[in-house]
Amino acid sequence: MTTDQLVIFVAGIVGGALRVGVPFLFVSLGECLTEKSGRINLGLEGVLVLSAMTAFGASYLSGSPWIGVLAAALVGALLAALHGVLCSLPRVNDIATGIALMLLGMGLAFYLGKPLIQPQAPQLPAIALGFWSDSPAVRSALQINALLPIGLLLAVAMAWAFARTRAGLLVRVAGDSASATRALGYSVSGIRIAATAGGGFIAGLGGASLTLFYPGSWNEGISSGQGLIAVALVIFARWSPLRCVGAALLFGGAGAVGPALQSIGIGWGYHLFNIVPYVLTLVILVMSCRPGRVVPGSPGELRK
Amino acid sequence: MTGNEPDPMRSFFLPIGAIAVALLLFGLIVSFAGVNPVEVWVLLFMGAFGDAFSWQNTLQRSAPLMLTALCVALPARAGLIVIGGEGALVLGGLACAAAAQLPLLPTSLIGTVVVCAAGAAAGALWISLAGALRQYQGVNETISSLLLAYVAIGLFNHLVEGPLRDPSSLNKPSTLPLDDGLLISTLGGFDVHWGFVIGVIACLAAGLWLRLTPSGFAVRVVGGNPRAAQLVGLPATRLVLLACALGGAAAGLAGAIEVAAVHTNANAALIAGYGYTGILVAFMARHNPLAVIPVAILFGGFDAAGSLLQRRLGLPDASVLLLQGIAFVLILASEALRDTDWKAVFSQLTRLRHTAPRTQGDRP
Repeated sequence: MTTDQLVIFVAGIVGGALRVGVPFLFVSLGECLTEKSGRINLGLEGVLVLSAMTAFGASYLSGSPWIGVLAAALVGALLAALHGVLCSLPRVNDIATGIALMLLGMGLAFYLGKPLIQPQAPQLPAIALGFWSDSPAVRSALQINALLPIGLLLAVAMAWAFARTRAGLLVRVAGDSASATRALGYSVSGIRIAATAGGGFIAGLGGASLTLFYPGSWNEGISSGQGLIAVALVIFARWSPLRCVGAALLFGGAGAVGPALQSIGIGWGYHLFNIVPYVLTLVILVMSCRPGRVVPGSPGELRK
Repeated sequence: MTGNEPDPMRSFFLPIGAIAVALLLFGLIVSFAGVNPVEVWVLLFMGAFGDAFSWQNTLQRSAPLMLTALCVALPARAGLIVIGGEGALVLGGLACAAAAQLPLLPTSLIGTVVVCAAGAAAGALWISLAGALRQYQGVNETISSLLLAYVAIGLFNHLVEGPLRDPSSLNKPSTLPLDDGLLISTLGGFDVHWGFVIGVIACLAAGLWLRLTPSGFAVRVVGGNPRAAQLVGLPATRLVLLACALGGAAAGLAGAIEVAAVHTNANAALIAGYGYTGILVAFMARHNPLAVIPVAILFGGFDAAGSLLQRRLGLPDASVLLLQGIAFVLILASEALRDTDWKAVFSQLTRLRHTAPRTQGDRP
């Protein structure tokens, strides 16, 4: 491997981590908020697909990518709110509901998104952080998604809110002890529905970044399990929004190995390198879980 | 989700009602596309059960659904929610196609049994892996099984486009075709292959296993009340792994049958989402293997009618997926009505009607 190739390869990985990591970041922050309140929403995969389609459609129809972002977040919040409400019914299980919403989100997105496969929608602007370099590979790698700074701010804001605000404390109480929440006079279901809907709103931003920045088009294979990987990522990040940032970038980098190798002319094993993020997730789950021992930092209501 | 079904009437009518409401909602959604919902309902029924041809199509598609539904239902009876049946199916199909290339393999019924067993073994191994990760490492099996499904699909694509590729398959990468003697034939005179019979037998066997055998009963105890299972000293880990292996074997067998009866080689057409529809079938059947049979036929019918909706009414091919999604959500939501005391509701309704002129506060 020559120096040039090495530069291209490293730039590909770093750029990939920044590009591919953004949807992971938003979905994991959304799941983090949901799980802090004591529920697991596997349906975020469906939220991601549906909001990706919505973002593309709204941007295409309105001509403004930011309207697309807003529409994606609202639709994400709506679908997640459905999860929140269903799980508040007696005898309804949150894991099963999540699987159902995954299917429903994909069904709705593919059904409504059929006419959107051909056209091009206005894309989000890129922030050129590579201005200092002469290398075109570095320059193109450091074209940053405009949503990334929003995601970073959101992570910091969430960490602060969980630690310092009344609302953050209420979410944590609902997640740690339903009976304590009731004793304080608050509705457990109400807090959880709000947190789940909020999580869907945040995950919707991840969907928008899929179709409005990278890969930047709508098709039925736009998400292949990123929403689920993000659920596992929250366990890895031990329910801390700040650690979610690092985890999301790590996974983005892992997902970029295949394309980066292809960019320097190594085409062998393309499909094998594409499974790296899934294998990495499994390895991380195996390392962070132990039988009969709870993962440190997990909300009390999820340990049952 | 556990084994006890206190009221068979409700177990029957609640999901049927949910499907009916799902069809209504689906009709409402297609009517926004300018399609007459009545026409859609009629086509769904005709395409699924309208004539001999559609029946054959329906039964053909229900075979893999029965087997992938068992991949959800059996682990569920042991207390695990496994949703990675698609991975077991895909690897089962690949193992079947690979085993068919073995030298000295008799090209007769024995050979067919061998290649199908290879598929079942691959599926069993894959789902047991998810079970083992949960039992030994405490890894959530729902997430791990789905991640394993993506890994399986990646492996499948790598092997079919690489080492196992038939050099003569140019546009559509696939493995070498199975020898004609290994293919699974159709039931005499009908356009339904033996896979349907195998699916029904597998469901019946699974149902009898759970109900009549000590190990099946033990699995239900482990799933229904882990604490009781621990107290009486049942080998929970071994039973969970057994349930996962049997479920995975069923899904792997589904893949092998699809290869040996439909595709004749392993190619990307095998990744058709049967594993995901199987999840819905299992949940609607409340993880009861006997109930899986009719539910799989119903959803096989919707699948069969899907292409008709596309051709005749110009609806997107994802219409059936949408219908499935709505149905799944409503079936789960209908569980909330299980504890409702309907007699009390009706008597209250009638009383409300009688006392309508008065205000509610007047009631004793």
